[in-house]
Amino acid sequence: MFKSLLRAKWPLFAFVVLIVVSVTALIGPRVAPKDPNRQNIVTRLQPPMQPDRTGKVTAYLGTDGLGRDVLSRLLYGARVSVIVGFSAVFIGGLIGTSLGVTAGYFGGRLDSIIMRLADIQLAFPFILLAIMFLVVLKPGIWNLILILGVGQWVTYARIARAQTISQREKEYVEAAKALGARTLAVVFRTVLPNILAPLIVIASFNVSSVILSEASLSFLGLGVPPTVPTWGGMLAESRDQLLAGRWWLAVFPGVAIALTVLSFNLIGDWLRDFLDPRLRGIQ
Amino acid sequence: MLAYVMKRLSQSLMVILGVTLITFLALHLGGDPTYLFIGEMASEEAIAATRAKLGFDRPLHEQYLSFLGGLVRGDFGNSLTYREPALGVVLGQFPATLELTVFAMLFATVLAVPFGVFAALKRGTTVDGGIMIFAMIGQSMPSFWLGIMLILFVGLGLRWLPISGHVAVIQPFLAGDLATAFKNIPSAVKYLLMPSVTIALFSLSRNARLIRSSMLEVLSQDYVRTARAKGLAVPAVVVRHALRNAWLPVVTMFGLEFGFLLSGVVVVETIFSWPGVGRLVFNAINQRDIPLVQTAVVIFALVFVLLNLVVDLLYARLDPRVRLE
Repeated sequence: MFKSLLRAKWPLFAFVVLIVVSVTALIGPRVAPKDPNRQNIVTRLQPPMQPDRTGKVTAYLGTDGLGRDVLSRLLYGARVSVIVGFSAVFIGGLIGTSLGVTAGYFGGRLDSIIMRLADIQLAFPFILLAIMFLVVLKPGIWNLILILGVGQWVTYARIARAQTISQREKEYVEAAKALGARTLAVVFRTVLPNILAPLIVIASFNVSSVILSEASLSFLGLGVPPTVPTWGGMLAESRDQLLAGRWWLAVFPGVAIALTVLSFNLIGDWLRDFLDPRLRGIQ
Repeated sequence: MLAYVMKRLSQSLMVILGVTLITFLALHLGGDPTYLFIGEMASEEAIAATRAKLGFDRPLHEQYLSFLGGLVRGDFGNSLTYREPALGVVLGQFPATLELTVFAMLFATVLAVPFGVFAALKRGTTVDGGIMIFAMIGQSMPSFWLGIMLILFVGLGLRWLPISGHVAVIQPFLAGDLATAFKNIPSAVKYLLMPSVTIALFSLSRNARLIRSSMLEVLSQDYVRTARAKGLAVPAVVVRHALRNAWLPVVTMFGLEFGFLLSGVVVVETIFSWPGVGRLVFNAINQRDIPLVQTAVVIFALVFVLLNLVVDLLYARLDPRVRLE
């Protein structure tokens, strides 16, 4: 697996970016040069790499309208994007896969109820419902994760169901049943490991779409409380300084989001080709 | 056909019911919704009076039924900031949003075809690689960031296009003033360009990739080889034989695509100060004007569901295979 990763140029680049982002999310608060929320009116709106009076550069990526250090806020912001991205996908994947496998394995009325629910959710742009919920709920990262997570279940459910249906009549499942394995064991120990590949591929694309949704919602001021620095929130604040041409406030957070999302997409592409070339064309 | 129509109709009805139920429940999820309508500092009597007036003291199912009854009568409640019926406020801004979405749709579907076809025909070359890298980046960028960058560099830097503002076309058209509507089109396009490109970029990139991969599949089919073998020129084969089948995955997404673009307007309209429903929702969120957000969400849902219904019925009419699914 890693040989194939090393040979491919783009996925390797993506992998490196993701490691950097994840490490930043883990230790960002420790290496951040300044407190991301400390305001300083004297040093506000400094462009990147501008030396202060003593001739030393302190704000490498500049400061914002309240004098807060852009680099530190960027490092803290990685945390929110990564945590929300992974947790929401985990929740969505867990709910979706369980429901999908159940629907596919048992069929019948349970199956049609689950799939009807999926149809209803698919028939509607989810981000609008997320807005509706988040505007009413108190801001908090867990609400955001929960809502974005619940929003993802359908994708997993549909794929898990289709895969389960294709596997459930296979001999090895029969064999497990004949050996006297209980139904739950058959479903989760025998069938599940054999349908994981496409779900993992979907998950990696899904992390990127969740990060994009999180950025949109933070941009709208929904989800995370305003004291927590997020990349989307930084972009929202940058709008006030656009007309004055303070480009660094808008460029850096956007690049951070785009690079992270791009990397998840590239890894998804590579995983798909690596795990199962037949899946080319999904997503 | 009739059975299919009935099935799709009842499905759409269920979706709409589902959306209204979720919108209704969302309001109650955060505890007593009375406080969304009146400050927590208000006196006990005022709070109780508001609660009674809005019906929040009644059992949930009763509240939902009367909420639903209101929707059917076109009564979505009053906007807290405008102090007038929320439905009127939303519908008043809808034409501007429609102009934006339709224009974005044009970019997302029409422009994607040449990119995808070209990449497929030049498979493996630098051209193909270049287009696909661009498409990959386009799918990875938050749309609103692209909007901000366009404002910074194309609007403020090069001064090519206006960074905000709107010239109405649909509104005078609806008012019957055709002369003004047509006269406005050229200047309207100038204002439409940046916001609609911003909204469309994600879909454009995805569609270009989709068309490329289905084009590659189609190009290896026997009927394409036959067409080439009987002496048809490459452009004729591409347009008349291959493309017709290759862009099916995009066409079948038409209704979903429209809804996706529609949901993108909230952020993008805000960035370009476009006077549509999206910016209205953004302001309503900031002012916690819940009835207005609710109304906009339900209206978007209705438009989306109805559009998908129409698109599906049209397909079923055009392609009998659809009905059998």
